[in-house]
Amino acid sequence: MNLDPRIPSGPVAQKWDNFKQHMKLVNPSNRRKFHIIVVGSGLAGASAAATLAEQGYNISCFCYQDSPRRAHSIAAQGGINAAKNYQNDGDSIYRLFYDTVKGGDFRSREANVYRLAQESVNIIDQCVATGVPFAREYGGLLANRSFGGAQVSRTFYARGQTGQQLLLGAYSSLIRQIAAGKVTMYPRREMQELVLVDGKAKGVVMRNMFTGQIESYSGDAVLLCTGGYGNVFYLSTNAQGCSVSAAFKCYRKGAGFANPCFTQIHPTCIPQHGDQQSKLTLMSESLRNDGRVWVPKKASDCTKDPSEIAEEDRDYYLERKYPSFGNLAPRDISSRAAKEACDDGRGVGPMVSGSRRGVYLDFATAIARDGKAVVEDKYGNLFEMYERITGEDAYKRPMRIYPASHYTMGGLWVDYHLQSTIPGLFVLGEANFSDHGANRLGASALMQGLSDGYFVIPNTLPDYLAREGANRPSTNREEFVEAENSAKENIANLFAVKGTLSPRHFHMELGKVMWEYCGMARNADGLKKALGIIPQIREDFWKNVRVTGDANMLNPELERACRVADFLDFAEVMCYDALERNESCGAHFREEYQDAEGEAKRDDAHFSHAAVWEWQGRGKKPLRHQEEITHEEVAPVVRSYK
Amino acid sequence: MKVNLKVWRQKDSDQKGHFENYTIDNVSPDSSFLEMFDILNEKLVSEGKEAIAFDHDCREGICGMCSMTINGIPHGPERKTTVCQLHMRKFKDGDTIVVEPWRAGAFPVKKDLVVSRDAFEEIQKAGGFISVRTGGARDANATLISKEVADKAMDAAQCIGCGACVAACPNAAAMLFTSAKVSHLNYLPQGAPEKDRRVIAMVEKMNELGFGNCTNYGECQAACPKGITLDNIAKMNREYIAAKARQIVGA
Repeated sequence: MNLDPRIPSGPVAQKWDNFKQHMKLVNPSNRRKFHIIVVGSGLAGASAAATLAEQGYNISCFCYQDSPRRAHSIAAQGGINAAKNYQNDGDSIYRLFYDTVKGGDFRSREANVYRLAQESVNIIDQCVATGVPFAREYGGLLANRSFGGAQVSRTFYARGQTGQQLLLGAYSSLIRQIAAGKVTMYPRREMQELVLVDGKAKGVVMRNMFTGQIESYSGDAVLLCTGGYGNVFYLSTNAQGCSVSAAFKCYRKGAGFANPCFTQIHPTCIPQHGDQQSKLTLMSESLRNDGRVWVPKKASDCTKDPSEIAEEDRDYYLERKYPSFGNLAPRDISSRAAKEACDDGRGVGPMVSGSRRGVYLDFATAIARDGKAVVEDKYGNLFEMYERITGEDAYKRPMRIYPASHYTMGGLWVDYHLQSTIPGLFVLGEANFSDHGANRLGASALMQGLSDGYFVIPNTLPDYLAREGANRPSTNREEFVEAENSAKENIANLFAVKGTLSPRHFHMELGKVMWEYCGMARNADGLKKALGIIPQIREDFWKNVRVTGDANMLNPELERACRVADFLDFAEVMCYDALERNESCGAHFREEYQDAEGEAKRDDAHFSHAAVWEWQGRGKKPLRHQEEITHEEVAPVVRSYK
Repeated sequence: MKVNLKVWRQKDSDQKGHFENYTIDNVSPDSSFLEMFDILNEKLVSEGKEAIAFDHDCREGICGMCSMTINGIPHGPERKTTVCQLHMRKFKDGDTIVVEPWRAGAFPVKKDLVVSRDAFEEIQKAGGFISVRTGGARDANATLISKEVADKAMDAAQCIGCGACVAACPNAAAMLFTSAKVSHLNYLPQGAPEKDRRVIAMVEKMNELGFGNCTNYGECQAACPKGITLDNIAKMNREYIAAKARQIVGA
């Protein structure tokens, strides 16, 4: 497997400019000869499709929802980082770069991260130009806030709906190109196969979700912008339709999958109410600016009304363990601390599957200090949302929160050009692995999606196209026919099982195993156990699943079955990756690798690399390759938030 | 909780639909309305029957995918709440709940509770954008926008495009949706150069697509899960007339 990252020469601050000065270009009149396939219409997909269409390329863009405006980028709440330094508080491109590399626990590629920090400033300008109504100060300048433990105010936001507004901005640019005829939009399509011609990505096979038709589309390159795989845990903050399937099809066709075990667990979600739960809802992390996290000191107090628990009987564990960062400790650290408290039997809230999984996030101090009006002004919409979901009033009673699967740093391996190990297959946004290392900082996902789509791919893709030449194959070729047949066969196999259990049943089973053994804290015994159980669930699935309805119609049960089948194949590589990464770093915490105080022990001597996995077939152990991660600018240090 | 459901079933756009009755037990009051539907579907699958198709995705009230009319009210009885965030504690044990798809000529039923909202895309395509290319944007702080104006634009921009306004309107008008889109961009200085073209194109496209007219019932505002208000419609009407006048006199 060729893992040459193709990082341009020169000092880190000049690499991107060097690249742009030497890349090959496509003449404006030749661009219309190229056809690009974009799978996914979130921030990365919509911004890439719109920008490439503006340049003159022809685009086919696909999404599984009824409109590109509904992609799950829309649910991001908190904000987007940019090194504008509008607040004059010491921010710079270098500092955003440094914070991101450190936040990722030194497992991301410096050159990519530096480019991300450079483009961050252009993103804000671009978004404002498209009409994104960011929060403003009275004087008319853009407002900023500090977010997720950053020591500067570099986060731009649009109330608690930043993702929505950024997506609508990118969507408006996309729809303008649809109206202009440069983009053909195919909603309600789900990717079934990637098609290679002579080893290069040249097309996709889609299922039309209304008619069940299996359709082939060819192009000169394929851009995969299909998000993350957090739903492998069944319960997550992802949308119901989010899945690993598109990325997994590419992995099966030979694309390397990098660091699948790097999955982020967000600390402030609303806890599970019971077994009927279908998803978890995130509460913006900004709540931690004023809320204090605690659990009872004594397990016997857990069932008491929180107002009856005296101050001295409360354990404000984040403030106790991390005096300098306190309640603002990074995501991985605060998530794990919550798990530890609940594992210790001091969780609060309803009993679900034998344990209480919740900790308090208490605003009483903030309300006493600033008054209810101030708290309401800052967080009113979040308190309302909490009340809607739990039926509890958080002004009177502390909120209950618990970590949930939220974002996946791992993804298809890409080089500096965002090209995967398959030539012509480019991967953008959450679907790739490159920028966040082992842990993503708050307000950085939106930045990466838009950087990849608006600014990186429009500069790197032409270099590939210019070298490759316009060479779009016919969909009558045997490669397409074979791919269509394989998609049809997969669907027919699912119907043929005729078992008794629903696809959801197997998804829940898998989710429990992954959460238990490959969730917030992992150990070798547990991971080996999971690697024993997953093939059993898969076998059971292929013997006992029942898919109702038929293939030639709108069939949500079939859609779910297809996604769950891929999760069942994918889950193993996640566990292998977690098992073979014998260190704790970022969101990957291996219980065997911690110091006396329970802090993560990273092993730079042996694991300063991206682990890249190569598919070997169902049930077979994939091959592990490595891309060394070297640090020229930022010397790795121990992340300490004490 | 036990609930009795009357749910609209329809095989596809070409066939007639009908109500079917279902009863389910042991629904947790903490479950969302869609989780209750998940339980019902699991039950149907276990009986070898076809599950009910309904649209949903984010399940946190922002993607705008979910679309059920519950007891005659789009998104159900709780104000400013999408179906996915409606919880069963808002109902009583033993209630009978009627669930239908959005009802509007411009939103044909595709299957069961799933409708096509492609008409909204057409309205957006007509002018729901600012004609700006990627790259070359001026510094974001170069244009001052007062907080009041930014807030008004944001109020309108919160529209999730779910279509409840159309489903609630006795005339099946799309005025609230279209006006929210027009207001968002027309309030902002970036949107000003195209403001006349935008309002004319979007209003005329909306009329062309078979949506009804506004007769000021205000049902749309009551049904909107994001609190989009009727002022947007007033603003759109004003801007449309002014733009048309300018177009006619060539000003």
